Amino acid sequence: MTTLLEIRNLSKHFDLRLGAFGERGARVHALDDFSVDIAEGETLSIVGESGCGKSTTGFAILNLHHPSGGSVLYKGTDLAQLDEDAMRPFRRDLQIVFQDPYSTLNPRMTIGEALSEPILFHKLASKADLPARLAQLLQDVGLSARFASRYPHELSGGQRQRVAIARALACQPRFIVCDEAISALDVSVQAQILNLLLDLQDKYGLTYLFIAHDLAVVRHISDRVGVMYLGRLAELAPAANLFATPLHPYTRALLSAVPEANPRAPRNRQMLQGEVPSPLAPPPGCRFHTRCPLARGLCRSQTPAFREITPGHLTACHAVTSPTATNWETPA
Amino acid sequence: MTALLEIKGLTIDIARDEGPARVVDGITLSLEQGESLGIVGESGCGKSLTMLSLVGLLPNRIRATGGTAIFGGRDLLAMSQRELRAVRGSEIGFIFQDPMTSLNPVMRIGDQIAEALIYQKSMAKPAALARAEELLATVGIPSPKERMTAFPHELSGGMRQRVMIAMGLAGEPKLLIADEPTTALDVTIQAQIVDLVRDLKSRSDMSVVWITHDLALIAGLADRIAVLYAGTVVEDAPVQALFDHPTHPYTRGLLASLPTLSDEPMSRLASIAGTPPEPGRRPPGCPFAPRCSLVEPACTAAVPQLTPVPGSDPRHRVACPVTTRGAS
Ligand SMILES: Nc1ncnc2c1ncn2[C@@H]1O[C@H](COP(=O)(O)OP(=O)(O)OP(=O)(O)O)[C@@H](O)[C@H]1O
Ligand SMILES: Nc1ncnc2c1ncn2[C@@H]1O[C@H](COP(=O)(O)OP(=O)(O)OP(=O)(O)O)[C@@H](O)[C@H]1O
Ligand code: SF4
Ligand SMILES: [Mg+2]
Ligand SMILES: [Mg+2]
Repeated sequence: MTTLLEIRNLSKHFDLRLGAFGERGARVHALDDFSVDIAEGETLSIVGESGCGKSTTGFAILNLHHPSGGSVLYKGTDLAQLDEDAMRPFRRDLQIVFQDPYSTLNPRMTIGEALSEPILFHKLASKADLPARLAQLLQDVGLSARFASRYPHELSGGQRQRVAIARALACQPRFIVCDEAISALDVSVQAQILNLLLDLQDKYGLTYLFIAHDLAVVRHISDRVGVMYLGRLAELAPAANLFATPLHPYTRALLSAVPEANPRAPRNRQMLQGEVPSPLAPPPGCRFHTRCPLARGLCRSQTPAFREITPGHLTACHAVTSPTATNWETPA
Repeated sequence: MTALLEIKGLTIDIARDEGPARVVDGITLSLEQGESLGIVGESGCGKSLTMLSLVGLLPNRIRATGGTAIFGGRDLLAMSQRELRAVRGSEIGFIFQDPMTSLNPVMRIGDQIAEALIYQKSMAKPAALARAEELLATVGIPSPKERMTAFPHELSGGMRQRVMIAMGLAGEPKLLIADEPTTALDVTIQAQIVDLVRDLKSRSDMSVVWITHDLALIAGLADRIAVLYAGTVVEDAPVQALFDHPTHPYTRGLLASLPTLSDEPMSRLASIAGTPPEPGRRPPGCPFAPRCSLVEPACTAAVPQLTPVPGSDPRHRVACPVTTRGAS
């Protein structure tokens, strides 16, 4: 298995000016110390609470938000060191479907123009083949070729989201960040798009960083899943392991909250206690300690190391030393 | 019991150069005081336009051309823009599907919520700002005080959605219309929002229309569900009856497409083959017929009407002659 992206200690902080006149400064720790190797042809999903830094991770990897620290190695180049000009040759390979499709589509361009632009720019089809290519792209995402003449504001929310997916695919990329890319679609269209993504992966070895909150979808399409909490990776594991034996206390709480499509299903949510801490002032030590049922003194002062518990299954928790026991006598 | 909202025979047309195209084709729905109605349906089937028509916010070139929507004794479709402005926010709260286009990008979010309160509840500015901060806390935004001065682009997608929810609730409306309000929210925060809405429902008898594609979410929230397909209601049922006896072939297809935490990873998911008809190009009879495996001549002969489902709840009605056969 070859590594496509080698990400080390990636971080992103935002400096804010607070108060009516911007008289106070504050720093948002949106992402800290994110390290992972993404293998060619795999789907790595990222899940976690709203605001925990998932979109920021995608943006920082693609250098759409210039990282505050760390490196992203792609084909021997550290993307984190590049400015926008130097990034340009890599843009076609590395695509993103934004969480907010409206902001990515130019309101004055028809859908056909928006899709043609990257195809013509990267010379991926001749002028003569263009109409057929557009029709194919639209059909792949479940839209008829007639949509090519429409403007973004003439589409429903889910139709716009599918155009954003088609636009990323138009570039024939190697890597796509899918940021909540199917969240506005009904389940049947969602299934169609997921099938499409899996087919493209089979055919072209595409690699996905898949950001989603629907855990059933995540389990379905992921090779590996990373769980984030307040800007840090809390757990990383092959999908099957993560869902069968979640190790981190946060992951366990998250999985217990999954609702079922049955009004009679018992809802025994293990609701997390306490306020969601703010990334403006993340708690010291383990960032989860303010809400963790297992938290002890050590957790409040020391950041837990990200350790491998079983092969390929890593977590950052002082209490977890084996897949079955939470061991407080011999903290690592 | 009288209905709070009664939509009858609503039709909506899009003006196109080739002539008008019908997107919403005779929707009839009612909602009682304190009831919550879930609306599900295929992307592009007309859910958002139906709801926007009620508050007079249809886009250019799109008009409600027929039907009535009686709310508190008055027909929303016959009201002037001025009358509708008084209804919006204070009587009908609206959470829009697209936060980035409905939030003002150059205005701090605290000021945006406060402005709504000043306008809808005639609050003084300091009180409105204090209430805005409270609302941010209610929807689970950490450090609400610091976030009051944030601009929309400085928030995560889910935070923006929660700002929209706070604004929809600001006027303490009698009816809340929420258009895909939680698509970017993780399960824990979703659960928190659902609890919040439930709580408001029981405290102030608020009614809710909740558009979503998330069947698991709606199972825990709605009293009733209406399934839309190509601008018509194809199934309308109490929530339990819908999950116990999903009847319309489209509804069954939707439920079959649902990935679950127990299915085989990486397998192909079932999806309904084909695409829905576009506005203005609907086939004769049942709009789902071209994609339906049970289709019979009766389906294409006439548009099927909502009929009770034999053996299910008496309020369970479906527009399909094949699956409701045997109805007495
Ligand atoms: N401004 C517009 N001009 C022309 N057509 C439009 C316009 N807005 C929506 N439409 C079309 O009307 C139909 C219904 O749109 P609507 O936004 O109500 O769908 P929806 O059910 O909310 O879908 P989604 O789940 O994807 O949000 C769609 O086919 C869409 O393409
Ligand atoms: N441009 C920005 N300026 C300042 N703060 C920002 C900016 N972008 C993101 N943030 C902050 O960084 C944190 C992480 O945001 P991010 O968008 O990565 O979250 P997320 O995990 O994608 O959440 P969601 O699930 O809600 O989309 C949040 O606290 C957010 O307010
Ligand atoms: S390190 Fe401590 S606080 Fe953090 S998750 Fe583990 S037990 Fe809980
Ligand atoms: Mg995000
Ligand atoms: Mg919509």
